[in-house]
Amino acid sequence: MSDRKAGVYLCKGCGIGDAVDMDAIEQVAVSEMKAPLCRQHDALCSDEGLKVIQDDIDGGEINQAIIAACSHRVMTDRFQFNGTQVVRANLREQVIWCHPANDEDTQMLAADQVRMGIAQAAKFDTPQPWTEGDFNRRIMVVGGGVTGLSAAREASLTGHEVLLIERADSLGGWAAKWSRRLPHRPPYRDPQDNDLGALVSEVEGDSKITVMTGALVTRTEGMPGKFTVEITRGGAAVLETVGAIVVATGWRPYDANKLGHLGYGASPDVVTGVELEEMLANGGIRRKSDGQAPKTVAFVQCAGSRDPEHLPYCSSVCCGVSIKQALLLVRSDPDAMAYIVFDELRTPGTAEEFYRQAQEAGVVFIKGKVKSVGADLTVTVDDALLGEEVPMTGLDMVVLATGMVPNSTNPDAEAEADEFQEQLKADINPAVPIPSAGFANGGEGEEPQEGFPWPWKDKTPTGGSILNLQYRQGPHIPMLADGFSDSHYICFPYETRRTGIYTCGPVRRPMGMAESADDAAGAVLKAIQAIGNAAEGAAVHPRAGDLSFPKIGYDICTKCRRCTVECPFGAIDEEEDGKPVVNITRCRRCGTCMGACPVRTIGFDNYNVQMISDMISAVEIPDEFAEKPRILILACENDAYPALDMAGINRHQYSAYVRTIPVRCLGSVSMLWVSTAIERGYDGAMLLGCKSGDDYQCHFVKGSAIAKERMSKVGETLKSMMLEEDRVISEEVSIADSARVADLIDRFAGKIGELDANPFKGF
Amino acid sequence: MAPNSQTILVVGGGIAGISAAIEAAEAGADVVLLERSPTLGGRVAGLNRYFPKLCHPTCGLEINYQRIKKNKNIKLFTMAQVATVEGQAGNYKVTVKTTPRHVNAKCTACGACSEAATSEIPNPFNYGLDTVKAAYLPHEMAFPMRYVIDGSVVGTPEGDAIKSSCKYDAVDLEEKEKTFDLTVGAIIWATGWKPYDAARIEPYSYSESPDIITNVEMERLAAHNGPTKGQIVRPSDGEPARKVALIQCAGSRDTNHLPYCSAICCLGSLKHAAFVRQQYDDSQVDIYYIDIRAHDKLEAFYQKVKADSGIHFIKSKPGSIVVGEDGRPTVCGEDTLGRDIYANAYDIVVLATGMEPCSAREYRVPVEVEMDDYGFIVPKTGNGSGIFSAGVAQGPNDVSTSVQTATAAALRAIQAVRG
Repeated sequence: MSDRKAGVYLCKGCGIGDAVDMDAIEQVAVSEMKAPLCRQHDALCSDEGLKVIQDDIDGGEINQAIIAACSHRVMTDRFQFNGTQVVRANLREQVIWCHPANDEDTQMLAADQVRMGIAQAAKFDTPQPWTEGDFNRRIMVVGGGVTGLSAAREASLTGHEVLLIERADSLGGWAAKWSRRLPHRPPYRDPQDNDLGALVSEVEGDSKITVMTGALVTRTEGMPGKFTVEITRGGAAVLETVGAIVVATGWRPYDANKLGHLGYGASPDVVTGVELEEMLANGGIRRKSDGQAPKTVAFVQCAGSRDPEHLPYCSSVCCGVSIKQALLLVRSDPDAMAYIVFDELRTPGTAEEFYRQAQEAGVVFIKGKVKSVGADLTVTVDDALLGEEVPMTGLDMVVLATGMVPNSTNPDAEAEADEFQEQLKADINPAVPIPSAGFANGGEGEEPQEGFPWPWKDKTPTGGSILNLQYRQGPHIPMLADGFSDSHYICFPYETRRTGIYTCGPVRRPMGMAESADDAAGAVLKAIQAIGNAAEGAAVHPRAGDLSFPKIGYDICTKCRRCTVECPFGAIDEEEDGKPVVNITRCRRCGTCMGACPVRTIGFDNYNVQMISDMISAVEIPDEFAEKPRILILACENDAYPALDMAGINRHQYSAYVRTIPVRCLGSVSMLWVSTAIERGYDGAMLLGCKSGDDYQCHFVKGSAIAKERMSKVGETLKSMMLEEDRVISEEVSIADSARVADLIDRFAGKIGELDANPFKGF
Repeated sequence: MAPNSQTILVVGGGIAGISAAIEAAEAGADVVLLERSPTLGGRVAGLNRYFPKLCHPTCGLEINYQRIKKNKNIKLFTMAQVATVEGQAGNYKVTVKTTPRHVNAKCTACGACSEAATSEIPNPFNYGLDTVKAAYLPHEMAFPMRYVIDGSVVGTPEGDAIKSSCKYDAVDLEEKEKTFDLTVGAIIWATGWKPYDAARIEPYSYSESPDIITNVEMERLAAHNGPTKGQIVRPSDGEPARKVALIQCAGSRDTNHLPYCSAICCLGSLKHAAFVRQQYDDSQVDIYYIDIRAHDKLEAFYQKVKADSGIHFIKSKPGSIVVGEDGRPTVCGEDTLGRDIYANAYDIVVLATGMEPCSAREYRVPVEVEMDDYGFIVPKTGNGSGIFSAGVAQGPNDVSTSVQTATAAALRAIQAVRG
């Protein structure tokens, strides 16, 4: 923007005017920073205050408003002026509420906040959204089981065309095999009719849905709004264009052949729950050995699940399924006996009523772990009640309640090249919580027990890719340590690491039919948002609506590939010569590429290396004799910055020597900023980001982990400048750390105070 | 027939309602979000941490609040609830009742009113475990960031002092209950839950000892912004609570109370065990349970807690909790596995009370909807209905599954209003 007309508005409300000399601040803005216009007001957020700004806009006086008042986290909607850029300088939460009034250091901090705001505005351009070419609104759904069918139907009901891809020759998936389904409607007591056939008919009769069975997705390239997919059926490939993708590839039963200790294979009358379903759907339960109806049947729960040797997780549905099968058995034959041997009986929510019903119907529940099942159908139970091993004999049939394995890969396809398997492994870390130790001393106090660590951490699932993504970061949708796909977040179950691609149903988490249908609806909504936002050039969650996007200066780019490797969302591909290409609608605008770029040639219109460098440089650095050190804080805008605001709200006092700049993510931090600070004479720098590791909380996946990695190199730079390495630190700060962050700052400021002043001051 | 209104009304501003509102708005729908209390966040705002990652709920809330602040499609009304609903899908007339906050939109959250206030009221955010000034900010993450003045000071000299302390003309002691009408095309009922009244489980003596607390109170004790600033102590004397009992199914899975399993309490208690163990190295936590229902991937969290040698699992539903002669709560019963009769004294006993849907009694949908015997609203799919449920109004859901149901409800509401 060439004709910037910045107005600085200084708010004296909420006690700011009482604690800070605003006339002196105005002098800084006008005389020193050459702001063309500066006004003071008693309450800028009042109607009168807003009118002052609006009048300046209407009169053509300004096209940028630098509002020095409260934090940008409040009054966000009040300080919005159509078409006018707004920059906020925080004088309330992070100045007067956490530093003494009418104090020299507080005054200097307030002045620097305004200096930084003016410097920010000078490099701030209104982002123009990227909307080149055509955007497709069709949704591809991969998987034609209950989840995929539901997704297809929901998308169609919302007005979207659907391309439904199913690997098998017919629709329905596993659920089509069930005779009856778990109760999901009141009174939750009885197995319900399996209504999947009706859903299949609805889908097949829906003119908006194109069904392709016997088909695989053999290539996926492009980005939200512009995916090109290659579908291969019977050796012939076709290309289709879609706007977003819902992956509903479901599950497969855990391979019972791996459960030899539970008698599978030793006797034909040891069957899996799935095999029992097939019998129920085809004339009733019969022994494979002699075709007779069994009179006594034992159900072995957690057959493979919750077992470090097999599946580490609970498959969720098996307790309900065994109850259903046992109920069907005893109801069809009043003489039959059903025993369910369980470790923990898991019928959460209203399914408790189903459990109660089975108990009333005479199904016997035995608490214990099954040690082994013999070829003679003797089930040896480690009976928790009796505290000893008890053999169950005289059984006619044993049913193994095998668990669910997510189809996060296609088990029938060949595994990918090693490099992609490695890529997949890298994506798995950071991952879900891995049991390792106790909680005392913050989890550091105890050695891991026997049987740990969890075995899946070092394994990758077998099989080929579902979508065959033609992405720099490999063909797979990233998965977690337990083999399931995203999301890792509690509050955002659809937060994906591949924008525009949403997983749902049992590929995401073990779940039953009703929940899968609901989950499908959720994923479809996210797909619709991705399509809509792509067409408008806007980001999706968590920076929803952000129109900025990374721009690469190709004249400077050295094709070093750091941005393509570090992007947490696989948004940047490489041309053959290594030239990075941003797939803009895949991008989530975290800025990790900007932080990665060693030649600092990636930036956003409203957030770039030069802007933050200028903000850092705008701060007035007192000379070494003033004994007023300066400490730069780069704070994650979602956790650390709000924590600092809340330190102010709670009136926690901390050193006024810090100068804080919010960043989109620590991953976006360019090491230039740290070196700029040191060269400008700052005495130290703190990077405040969120928790990394197994329980990572970064919504850009690995920002704080990347920052730590990069920090390790800063130490060497400092040493080469003959400075102490511990002048620059990085700390994990959660949003709830308002008291702790004040303490962290004071301790760091104390340490910096003990060091000599940065000798670069004044150069 | 084309719907008359394309606006979606979301009732309830907890995690389910917030999620439903934002997800619908980010898909382009116009949304009105109603919250009965002064701030969004609902039950999760009062949680210290989430299971299984032990991260803070305010992290996700911050993202969600930023999404709301930047989205022009959402209109938010706090201290507002639905009084009546008439009409049908595509065209509902809804009457909304607001209760007075006595603070208007001019509030800058400067805090002068709170300094002027002299009387204290039980702090609703901390379940009454402490008090707060009669002019108060609900908590540091309140959204909207606006104070509340308790009705008790209206017409008193204190009220007048509070009013004159405000430089921004934001105090309105004359404010009365009001109603206004909305026309909307679809309604998402996300009214959440309340903890089952522990006093109704008489053998557990909740009313007999301050050291017998509920799981939601435990969250506040452990929270940095709670009544003890995160110190897990005995409410009776403020001494560290090093020996703690967690009692599962306090009300749940019990036909005399809540017949269903509340689905979150096992994980909640596993989390509480971690809180205590993280705070005191020499602590001991006993979990009394029927089944530990750490379903699906949450099993990993259970295994992690089990690996801690200071946490013990006792398979038993205690028969009673009595206050011993030394004043300590004592848990009595029979161990289902060892058949031992026990009477174990603790510093505090935490009752893992279940979730009772607000839709069951105090905040029912004022028109006919399909409900089960427990008061959960049976989910509807695109079949012409315009009223949908999300979160615990739909069933006992944890945070993640609440968001799942909310996202699904948002889609179905969009289908309803777009005809």
